[in-house]
Amino acid sequence: MFYGYLPMILDGLRVTLSVASVSLGVASVFGMLGALAKLSASPVLRGIATIYTTVVRSLPDLLLMLIVFYGGQILLNRVAEARGWGYVDINAFAAGTLTLGFVFGAYLTETFRGAILAIPRGQIEAGHACGLSGWQVVWHIMLPQMIRHAIPGFTNNWLVMLKATALVSIIGLDDMVHRAGLASAATRAPFTFYALTGLIYLAVTTISILVLTAIERRYSRGVRREATR
Amino acid sequence: MINWSIVIETLPAFWHGLQITLLLLVISISSGLLLSIPLSVARASANPWIRTPVWLYTYVIRGTPLLVQLFVLYYGLPQFDSVRESALWPLFRSPWFCAWLAFTLNTTAYTTEMFAGAIRSTPAGEIEAARAMGLTRFQVFRDVFWPGAWRRALPQYGNEVVQMMHATALASTVTIVEILRVARDVYTNYLVVPESFGMAAVLYLMLTVILTQGFRLLERHYLRHLDPKASRTQAPPKGKQHIADA
Repeated sequence: MFYGYLPMILDGLRVTLSVASVSLGVASVFGMLGALAKLSASPVLRGIATIYTTVVRSLPDLLLMLIVFYGGQILLNRVAEARGWGYVDINAFAAGTLTLGFVFGAYLTETFRGAILAIPRGQIEAGHACGLSGWQVVWHIMLPQMIRHAIPGFTNNWLVMLKATALVSIIGLDDMVHRAGLASAATRAPFTFYALTGLIYLAVTTISILVLTAIERRYSRGVRREATR
Repeated sequence: MINWSIVIETLPAFWHGLQITLLLLVISISSGLLLSIPLSVARASANPWIRTPVWLYTYVIRGTPLLVQLFVLYYGLPQFDSVRESALWPLFRSPWFCAWLAFTLNTTAYTTEMFAGAIRSTPAGEIEAARAMGLTRFQVFRDVFWPGAWRRALPQYGNEVVQMMHATALASTVTIVEILRVARDVYTNYLVVPESFGMAAVLYLMLTVILTQGFRLLERHYLRHLDPKASRTQAPPKGKQHIADA
């Protein structure tokens, strides 16, 4: 049915998923740093974080990706030339995951900031008053609640980012979409392969939603559910 | 740092690209808005036979990347002889038609869900009151239901329009020469980043600012009743106190 190209496409799924999960890790780091900067007392840090989230969210992902890919390449080669390393080729995987992480870090900044703010100060004070150490307060009081508040935003960002990984094919990463293009060219059946790619994305999205809903339920135990309309 | 002669030389191309980007945005957003109004009503319907097909459509579209949707339409459909031999072939052969169709299908799915959420949160009392006053079903929809739902959905809708503007950059992958395609061509010709992608970034930033400010004005107009400052009434003058008491 797929002219024997199914294993190749599924191997592309592996690339897509690793791009998505590495990007998620990078985005979480950027998001956490951004949230801490936005909540910090320093106006400089707050300013930098605000510029970061505003500019990144005002530009198309694809443009940012091309800027990092080509701009990074030129910058890196200028440095390499000065140091006498010779020509350096920027890795498409690194460029792709770095850009996706950088872009979605800006969105996660808002998610994490909201999650930190949603924890009542009194609970943290109460924790200290009960004799918990700083680390215990973070581990037993802040983190479990932060996860609960951050999960809906996190789920959304993961789903949007998963779909954004399709863009890495444009900068030459050998992901599912790129392989669908190769298989189409070889078999002259582009609909079959692009539709297959779409269905695989849909399956991954569905699984993600199911898993993240289960996690959210796990962390919302003991919280009264508001009446849903 | 910046080679201004390249900037001046490529300015006409960027100007043209900007117009193409705006054109793509306007045609997709307007058809998406028109389609999503009836679809959102269907999506919020109590009848599962009406609700479920619309849900399936939005679920599939929202669960797949726009790039893949665009490729399925533009590169994929010509696989079928029936498409190539049909009367619609001149349309499906055109990148413009495919980009418009893909963007419209995409934005319609997101907007439908947004409006359906706003419709579901309509207080039942508003509808009952309107029906009790003898308004017809259509009048209820036009004068009571929709204005409220539109107001509730407006802030989100503004975000969707900005995201759609960013999504038009994908049209560069199907040979449409919009801002990003111009930037990529400038990069290929001169191998410079600030004058190519930097210039595109400036243009997208400008468009984003204009769109968000425009929606802020719309929100100020439509959501005036939620602005505490606007609802502040002046204290009645002393002499006319009895009118307020009456």
